[in-house]
Parts: sequence; C-alpha cells; structure tokens
Amino acid sequence: MTPALTTSADAAGADARGAAPAVRISHVHKSFGRAGAQTHVLDDITLDVAPGEFVTLLGASGCGKSTLLNLVAGLDRPTRGSIEVPGGRPALMFQEHALFPWLTAGRNIELALKLAGVPRPERRAEAERLLELVRLKGSYGKRVHELSGGMRQRVAMARALAQGSKVLLMDEPFAALDAITRDVLHDEITRIWAERQLSVLFVTHNVREAVRLAQRVVLLSSRPGRVAREWRIDLPQPRRIESAGVADLSIEITEELRGEIRRHGQH
Amino acid sequence: MASTDTTPFLDKREAAADTADVGAGLDALDSVSAQRSSLGEVLRQKALPPLIGVLVVIALWQGAYSLHLTSSYKLPSPADVWHSAQDLWYQGTLFSIIWTSVWRGLSGFLLAVVIGTPIGLVVARVRPVRTAIGPVLQGLQSLPSVAWVPAAVIWLGINDSMMYAVILLGAVPSIANGLVAGIDQVPPLFLRAGRTIGATGLAGARHVLIPAALPGYLAGLKQGWAFSWRSLMAAELVASSPDLGLGLGRYLENQREFSDMSGVLLGIVLILFVGIAIELLVFTPVERRVLRNRGLLAAVK
Repeated sequence: MTPALTTSADAAGADARGAAPAVRISHVHKSFGRAGAQTHVLDDITLDVAPGEFVTLLGASGCGKSTLLNLVAGLDRPTRGSIEVPGGRPALMFQEHALFPWLTAGRNIELALKLAGVPRPERRAEAERLLELVRLKGSYGKRVHELSGGMRQRVAMARALAQGSKVLLMDEPFAALDAITRDVLHDEITRIWAERQLSVLFVTHNVREAVRLAQRVVLLSSRPGRVAREWRIDLPQPRRIESAGVADLSIEITEELRGEIRRHGQH
Repeated sequence: MASTDTTPFLDKREAAADTADVGAGLDALDSVSAQRSSLGEVLRQKALPPLIGVLVVIALWQGAYSLHLTSSYKLPSPADVWHSAQDLWYQGTLFSIIWTSVWRGLSGFLLAVVIGTPIGLVVARVRPVRTAIGPVLQGLQSLPSVAWVPAAVIWLGINDSMMYAVILLGAVPSIANGLVAGIDQVPPLFLRAGRTIGATGLAGARHVLIPAALPGYLAGLKQGWAFSWRSLMAAELVASSPDLGLGLGRYLENQREFSDMSGVLLGIVLILFVGIAIELLVFTPVERRVLRNRGLLAAVK
C-alpha cells in the first residue's frame, strides 16, 4: 500500500539508508518532579523501529519502558529529545484489556473505527472482519465479562488494529495471562504482524517472550533507562518458546539483564 | 505434535492450524455463559421472601391489636386501616391524593436531575470549583431538607414553588454528588484507553467518561429520588393551604388533626408504598440492566 512498507528483510537495510522509519526516537530524556528534585526515568534513548519490524523492549522494573511507550503513544511528552511517528497516532495495547464494559466486543471495535473516521455503514462489516482476524468470529454481541482473559486481549488487539495505524505499541499485553493462553497469543500476534505488515514495539520483562517474538531485542538499563544492548534475532518464525534456539539466546540475554540489575545492588 | 529439540519448528501452515485449534479449545474452556433463571425461580427467590416479611409484620400487628396491648384508638387493626383505604376509594379521592404527590415528586425530581447533572459534571472536572463548593455540596446532603421548609415558606409563600424549592434543595446535592463519585471512580485506564483510540475532549466525555460514570450516577439518582420524596412529604406536612391540593403528606396531617389513627397509618403505608414502588418500577430495572451488561451483577445473583 504505502511505499514505506517493506518486508522485514530489507527493513534493516532501509534503516541503514536512513529511509523514514515507522517510529523514530531521538535522544529522548524524561524526568518527573520539580526542578532540583527530579527523577530521571529515561536518559538519551535513541531507537528506530523500521516499517514492518518487530522490536521488543526488555528491562527490569524502573527502566522506564512503559514511560517510553506512553511517550511514543503521545500520552505524555518527552522532557528533551523528539519522537516521530510519521504514520500518525499509533495504536496501544495495555497489560489489562481496557475494553469498555458497557459495550459489546463488537461495539468496542466500532467505537475505535468511528473515532478513526470510518463511516457508519462500513463499521459493522469491518468490526466483523477484525474479529475474524483475531479468531473471534461470532463474538460480536458478547459482553466483555463473558469472554476469557485471552479472548479479551484478542478483542483489545482487534480494537487497536481498528485505529488503522500500522504501528502497534504493546505494554506487556500478555503478562496477566496463563502460560498456555500466552503461548497461543504469541502465535496469533506473530501471524497478525506478518499478515498486516505492522511495525511493533513490544514491552516486556519476560526474556523468552522477547526472544520468541522479536526480530530485534533492545535491553534497557534501569534508573535511568538507557539502551544497554541490542540483539538481532534471525531464528525463523513461527518460533516456539521452548525451542533450543530461543532458550540459548534467552540465557545469554538474561545474563546481561542480571548484570544490569546487579549494578544497582552495589552502591 | 509434541515439540522436541529435534523438531523445534513446525511447518507454518500446520502451526497456524494447530494454534487455531488450541485457541478454539481454550476459548471453549474459559468462556463463561451468562445464565438467566426462569420466571418461576425469580418469583420464588425474589418475590416470596419480602411477601412473607410483610405478612409477618401484619400478623404481629394483628396480634398486638387482639391482645389489647394499647387502646384501639392508638393502635387500630390492619382491617381498620384497610377500611380507611376503602373509604378513600369509594370517595374517589385515593388516586387523586396519590397522584398529586407523585406528580409533584417526579416533576421535582426531574428538575433536580436537570440542575444537578451539570453541577456534578463541573464539580467533578473543574478543580477550583470542586475545592470551592465540593465540601458544601457534600455537607448539604446531611442537612435534613425539612430544615429548608420555613425558609422556603418565607421566600416563596405557601404554594407549589415552595414545594419544588424544598425538593430541589434536598435532591440536587445527592444527584450532583452521585455523579462526582461516579466520575471519581472511573478507572484511569479507561481514560487512557479512550485517549489512545482518539476519544478526547467532548468525544471522550460522551464515549468514555459518562458511560463509565453511569453506575455511580444511577446510585445518585436513586438517592436523589428518595430525597425528593422525603423532602416533599416534609413540605406537605408542614405547609397547609387550600390552594395546594391534597397530597399524601397533607392527608396524613389532616387525619392527625382528626385524631384518626387508622387514617394516619394509612397515610404512612401509602407514602412508604409509593416510595418503594417508584424505586422498584423505575430505578431497580435500569440499575440492574446497567450492572448486568457490565458483568457486575454475578455476585448478587
């Protein structure tokens, strides 16, 4: 559709050539509190997400990964530095499904469509299509409380996609789910990411999850959050979280993460 | 298709189909289907206990009367009260008495909603206004509205406006406070989720804030109705004028002046009956519907 859309293989190349990334975070600082008594949460973060790329942000608590996501989502402003999302307001998914309980599953999606400017006659069909995409065909009229945790997160995914953005930000969206459901949703997000050619910035503290999903894992240090290290992951998709390849890399990244955490206990 | 280290990756299509099957299985295992009970069951569980309660009260009352615990002009029998009701019925005034009060009460209540809602919205969302009048608004709730009657009589005279003034002074604070509480209890997550899908400003209020605050607002409305009804009865009891028309409060006071205890008891029963009937017919169904749709009713099933 748009010329910016490239396959993930040459996304890395586009990165190097300096073509427009889907998300460009340049030298972002974020601190909270009054001058003099400030807490520095993010310190000089520079990070690009290429169109069609799947990036996971990994870090211990206090690394400001959720803060960074809020900044990219436009819910907050950086203290210094700039964030560009050329495709417009990105979609955001939370750890909680955040669906509106006064609306049915289908209506939740339609509200997002409406606010995205989709004309009324097309909304119903589009909502059904999105539900089908997340394998919830026939759940249009279901109330939120009638759905299981995994189903709710899939409706939330459909609602996020309804915004029409090619950039999807995910803030530990599967952290509250049981392992089996999470496994299924990993497969689903991988499928949908490829099908819809999304650019995903996915925050997690789960190393295996990060490796299972991403093309690139970015490790943030804590207090203040800085980019500590990056890994490019070339294992073919779909991966399995139990596979040897995922496990090996997870061990390496976990070592690094523990090293980052250890530094905080030493002073 | 167990995964082992020797075959870590499935063929793509096979994997997708496998995921779909597992996903569908999980959905079937995890989803809860809402069960609705049958009409007979509802009647037995919901209608029978209060009916028994009323019958017990009447039986005790009849017992006290039969045992002559006190003189019969102080405690008439249930049958005497029933006869008073029949008298009113045959005079053709029973419904006009009830209607006079119900009309005043409901129209006063609706006016209170129209006034209380914007006040609640402003107090909840505009910080200086909240600091300025929030505490007063809350304090007003604990002021019995009968205290306003003398002031209202002096300001407005003994007429319908005075009745409505007393209703408004009683009901507006509870409606406004209900809305403020409803808005305060809206989970911040909903507001964030609303903003990310583009519901800001007026669209945010319409699509997120107001629906999210609805349960608290409804509780406020319910309380507002109770306050309207109480205030009105107080006003009717105190203010007497031939121009006002005969309402339930006035009827009660008239029967006291005649020392007609069965009339007095009938007045009390009717006031109670109307208050409960409006709550059961208007507020309870709306509230239950709202809570059921949000899955908040399961615990009180």
